[in-house]
Amino acid sequence: MRQAESTNLNVLIVCSGLISKTSCDMEVSVEAKRIMVVALGKLYSSRTQRGGLRLHRSLLLTLVMKSARDMYHEAQTTAESAAPGCEHQQQQQHQSTGEVATEPTGVQTELQGPASLATGKPRTLPGEEVVCSPAELRRDAENKENLCPTPHSRKRRGKAAVEPDFLPCKKAKLEQQLIVNSVLLDYVNCSSELGAHPTPMPLQRAIAAC
Amino acid sequence: MEEESDTRKINNSFLRDHNYATEADIISTVEFNSSGELLATGDKGGRVVVFQREQESKSQPQRRGEYNVYSTFQSHEPEFDYLKSLEIEEKINKIKWLPQQNAAYFLLSTNDKTVKLWKISERDKRPEGYNLKDDDGRIRDPSTITSLRVPVLQPMDLMVEATARRVFSNAHTYHINSISVNSDLQTYISTDDLRVNLWNLEITDRSFNIVDIKPANMEELTEVITSAEFHPQQCHTFAYSSSKGSIRLCDMREAALCDKHCKYFEEPEDPSTRSFFSEIISSISDVKFSHNGRYLMTRDYLTVKVWDLQMENKPLETYQVHDYLRGKLCSLYENDCIFDKFECVWNGSDSVIMTGSYNNFFRMFDRNTKRDVTLEASRENSKPRAILKPRKVCVGGKRRKDEISVDSLDFSKKILHTTWHPHENIIAVAATNNLYIFQDKVN
Repeated sequence: MRQAESTNLNVLIVCSGLISKTSCDMEVSVEAKRIMVVALGKLYSSRTQRGGLRLHRSLLLTLVMKSARDMYHEAQTTAESAAPGCEHQQQQQHQSTGEVATEPTGVQTELQGPASLATGKPRTLPGEEVVCSPAELRRDAENKENLCPTPHSRKRRGKAAVEPDFLPCKKAKLEQQLIVNSVLLDYVNCSSELGAHPTPMPLQRAIAAC
Repeated sequence: MEEESDTRKINNSFLRDHNYATEADIISTVEFNSSGELLATGDKGGRVVVFQREQESKSQPQRRGEYNVYSTFQSHEPEFDYLKSLEIEEKINKIKWLPQQNAAYFLLSTNDKTVKLWKISERDKRPEGYNLKDDDGRIRDPSTITSLRVPVLQPMDLMVEATARRVFSNAHTYHINSISVNSDLQTYISTDDLRVNLWNLEITDRSFNIVDIKPANMEELTEVITSAEFHPQQCHTFAYSSSKGSIRLCDMREAALCDKHCKYFEEPEDPSTRSFFSEIISSISDVKFSHNGRYLMTRDYLTVKVWDLQMENKPLETYQVHDYLRGKLCSLYENDCIFDKFECVWNGSDSVIMTGSYNNFFRMFDRNTKRDVTLEASRENSKPRAILKPRKVCVGGKRRKDEISVDSLDFSKKILHTTWHPHENIIAVAATNNLYIFQDKVN
């Protein structure tokens, strides 16, 4: 039964916007997704590795994931520019504020939605929340809920990476965005010197945690 | 019975085809000492095995000095950091010899967190004829002692003992990846992902931090240190490589903290070869100064580069180690091979460089003739005293006889660690849990 097939597959189909994609973009997207999933798997399994987390390896995995994510979104944008009516998909692309906090330069290229273009003020720094349109407001509000740390995590979040929309989501949200605790920051918390101060949470996350 | 014979057949082929060694036996580092007389190996189980070259005998000149086991000792034990709930592996990451200054040999060995100085010395005499105890060690009954005697040294079977003379600990938050002894023979550096520490060989409770690339906010971390080495002659100069593919040369006379490099070596990325894995494959896994101190060699995943210390913007020479893997990066990423850290070595005259690859292959590049060769370290293909046959990987099209196709390569058999004798053409190659020693053929 087709309905019995994994929900992941359905999500993939919805999110990839098959109708409007070129086959080349499709290949890049699929490849990028696979790479991201593998990277996440490796990052999670490295926590149980003997000898503790390896900073170098974790860094390389994070870079690969970021690179794959960038290419995935680029491919998405190329497809979306061919289909401007899909506002739903555009919102799925938008990065969480968590990510904005960590990659200020990256945000300017990543935010492609009409809302931010209309405002003409791309977000650059975590503190500068430029919210001008209702679509952005709604997205931010929903993102803030998504930014709530998962109940089992004792760690502060840091270099948060956005989990792509095709992975199963614990919260039933339209955007299906999950914030993944950075393994790098876990490493820092595990191995930081005595007396090291934890990084202060950016403002948006503090609100989410309340 | 039929089943039994099948089981036997399966068992036999199983044992023959699968080299079941325990993980603890996997060799993690190899190093000749400065005279080439000794060869040390470290393994994942924290043990160090030292081989010594036997004296060449005039009666058998064709039997060149072979290496035999000289000493074996447990250098590091597994530890547990209770504060951070982390296990500290006992795997020996690096061994570096100190130049010999007396009858004893000294080496530094390190795991992820602790460096130890070991003294390896011989004992071939022992005192006999004590007054208060007999030769077995039992205390003599004082009433039976009627005369005094002077103990004398009597020859005994050679015993090689290793003792830990210094333990340099608690200086690294991250995992130590390299150590390097200074040419002043008094100091050495130990390097982890973010910091380089300078030690005096005599002082264990203090070290100086000379490089610190840890950002104030760990979220901004973009690169880590992958290796560091002192210049072979200039005691104030050292170089360290990064995960971004750059090398920095630092002068310790400029400032106490060498965060500001005096030379920065980086080759701009070729945009045509950009892929998802560009960052991973450009990460430098090893950096080595040439013996003459004029060049630097770096190893990244697919290439070996030789840099002239006077030219920072591009390498002098680039050698492709296994470029046929460029199209397979995705699979190598999935099976973790893309994270393998290969080392590279110079020969004594800096004319040939060597590095390892997969399928137990290792490659040598002659810098003068520009010729290169691929050789294999395997028991099936090399009997003692047989000449190694050059190997070739078929990169597509028709595969010739004796060539091996890329898809047939065994990626579980990797040569990460190799070392070259300082003066002669003798190399030691570590293939998982086996050590191969190759010499030039005798004419």
